[in-house]
Amino acid sequence: MEYFLQQTINGVTLGAVYALIAIGYTMVYGIIGMINFAHGEIYMIGAFIAVISFSVLGLAGVTWVPLALVIVLIVSMTITGLYGWTVERVAYRPLRGSVRLAPLISAIGMSIFLQNYVQIAQGAKIKPLQPMIRGGVRLMEGEGFSVNVSYLQLIIIAMTIALMAGFTWLIAATSLGRAQRATEQDRVMASLLGVNTDRTISLTFVLGAMLAAVAGVLVTLYYGVVDFYIGFLAGLKAFTAAVLGGIGSLPGAMLGGLLIGLIESYWSAYFSSEYKDVAAFSILVIVLIFRPTGLLGRPEVEKV
Amino acid sequence: MTVQQRMKDAALAALVAAILALPLLGFETVDTGGPLGIKTRWHYVGYAAAAVFIGRLLLMLWRDRRLGAQADSQAGGSEAGRAWLAKLSRKADSWLMPALIAFAVALPLMPFADRTVVDLGTVVLIYVMLGWGLNIVVGLAGLLDLGYVAFYAVGAYSYALLSKNFGLNFWECLPLAGLFAAMFGVALGFPVLRLRGDYLAIVTLGFGEIIRIVLLNWQPVTGGPNGISGIARPSFFGFPFTANPPEGTTAFHELFGLDFASTHRIVFLYYLILALALLTNLFTLRIRRLPVGRAWEALREDEIACRALGINPTNTKLTAFAIGAMFGGFAGSFFATRQGFISPESFTFIESAVILAIVVLGGMGSQAGIVLAAAFLTLLPELAREFSLFRMLAFGLAMVLIMVWRPQGLLSHRDPTIRLKPAAHGGGGGG
Repeated sequence: MEYFLQQTINGVTLGAVYALIAIGYTMVYGIIGMINFAHGEIYMIGAFIAVISFSVLGLAGVTWVPLALVIVLIVSMTITGLYGWTVERVAYRPLRGSVRLAPLISAIGMSIFLQNYVQIAQGAKIKPLQPMIRGGVRLMEGEGFSVNVSYLQLIIIAMTIALMAGFTWLIAATSLGRAQRATEQDRVMASLLGVNTDRTISLTFVLGAMLAAVAGVLVTLYYGVVDFYIGFLAGLKAFTAAVLGGIGSLPGAMLGGLLIGLIESYWSAYFSSEYKDVAAFSILVIVLIFRPTGLLGRPEVEKV
Repeated sequence: MTVQQRMKDAALAALVAAILALPLLGFETVDTGGPLGIKTRWHYVGYAAAAVFIGRLLLMLWRDRRLGAQADSQAGGSEAGRAWLAKLSRKADSWLMPALIAFAVALPLMPFADRTVVDLGTVVLIYVMLGWGLNIVVGLAGLLDLGYVAFYAVGAYSYALLSKNFGLNFWECLPLAGLFAAMFGVALGFPVLRLRGDYLAIVTLGFGEIIRIVLLNWQPVTGGPNGISGIARPSFFGFPFTANPPEGTTAFHELFGLDFASTHRIVFLYYLILALALLTNLFTLRIRRLPVGRAWEALREDEIACRALGINPTNTKLTAFAIGAMFGGFAGSFFATRQGFISPESFTFIESAVILAIVVLGGMGSQAGIVLAAAFLTLLPELAREFSLFRMLAFGLAMVLIMVWRPQGLLSHRDPTIRLKPAAHGGGGGG
């Protein structure tokens, strides 16, 4: 029981990170109907910027952890957001309205490009980061096993919940959110009614990239290592999460991320950690067979 | 635009580039044992900004000139390169394919064809075959498959395991490898083919990863990350390519009274993959005229109409999936016999991405376009081998640029499978 609880806490933490990345996929898919394959690399870039800025701050003598964390979050979110904007501007916007597969290939190319760019610029070696936030809370003491929540896990979960709440509000109540929903429903009609759809789509990419950057910063702190290849698998899992929850749906992305995190955590705890990725994909296939639109997705109405 | 506006525009682009480059190019992390050390290299940021400034300026100037030169024609329609490609597309089937095939057949006989050239030709042909195989799934049936490399892996491991454990030869294994790959195609396709396009893409991608993870972890059978080595090399229908054949067998060079040369096997492998690739091509061309081929193309265009006309979409897609997988399996067993060594590293997602890129860059459904795209995408990294650090960078960039330049693919023209008689209304059909 204690073991199960501990795995649940670990799984929720992991799921929070996946959910943050998954939002970027689900929003972009919702608004322009394409799989933004480079999103995993955007997350990886966010993590790299975090490692570099933590190191620079450490050398500059900023050692008070909350201040360092805030500065790193701001730097990483800004620059990663700009990466998201640039990727959309360079690789996707010229392809709007062309064959459906064209942006996908362009996105795969972009993903290869970004991965190799970081590898060349920063080297292929794993980048370590000294643990900064230590300690935790002991929740339960069992026979020979105690359940712990580290402060870092609490920060990750709290931050994710806050960002999700903020984001839901942004979509539901701000003019940007209205513009996004309008563009999602009918791009031509929205632009006729005065919505600057190009700008809305750009902002969607920027917001998605910013959330991925937060995920990157948190993962860097949590695992303490970063390399240029982390984007692929994290991106794949986050996209799986988005599809699992129902792509295009914001609560779906959160639920999907949480489920994927939990499945992975339980599977590695009770079965084998080698096959944890297989478990996540298998669950996806099973869910899609019985609910082709994902858990919270609206069924698509086909018009003839 | 005035000169000032242009400068401002380029300066803005340069500023963006400088900000992007600042953390990743401007700082270099150094291992010091403890916390990461940091070195700065600001000049790189300057280079990046300058390069983007000049690039943006030239791009805008070029675009202005082009728009000015052809204000009345369609944007970009009469630009030389594109016009040439468009012309090439229309003629692709009449002379381009025969010319390419003739060149491929003659290649090993040419004076400049040394071992390296023939080897390179073999690699290109493997990708041509994979491209043609995937084209059945993506180009004809319109199903987005991001895990094609899984079937390639199934074919390769089938051959390796069958020949190692049961001593079967290449020609006995080839159909079995194709069969196994097709069976995997059916097993995967059966549950997921009811899904819409993008869901299918992600499930196939996941499936590709599952196969790779299983190959990596199923140590006793697949050898795990070490792979399988010492796979039997192919023989010329039972006559091995060895200098000293084992007792009781005749070697290839003895059979034809030649001197032994190690290039015999290389050239034989080249012709073998050429034959397999042409088989794939012939199959594709012929099956487009059969009811099932027509059903594939009809499904790609409009699934609902097909259903109304009594075509079973799931079964039809399943045949496309299985047949595409089968050709992937053939290519896989050829790969295994050529390399003599296989490991999960040869079957990563990037391979699937490259094969899909070949199909899409070639212009979906265009057989000749796939040849050109395969040659381009396999030769580009080879040519850039001296800059080996930058070759994948250039590869990714090239994929983006080609798509932006020509989203419909290099040779996008497709002949309609059926042409209505001009007398019938609406005759001619689109391409």
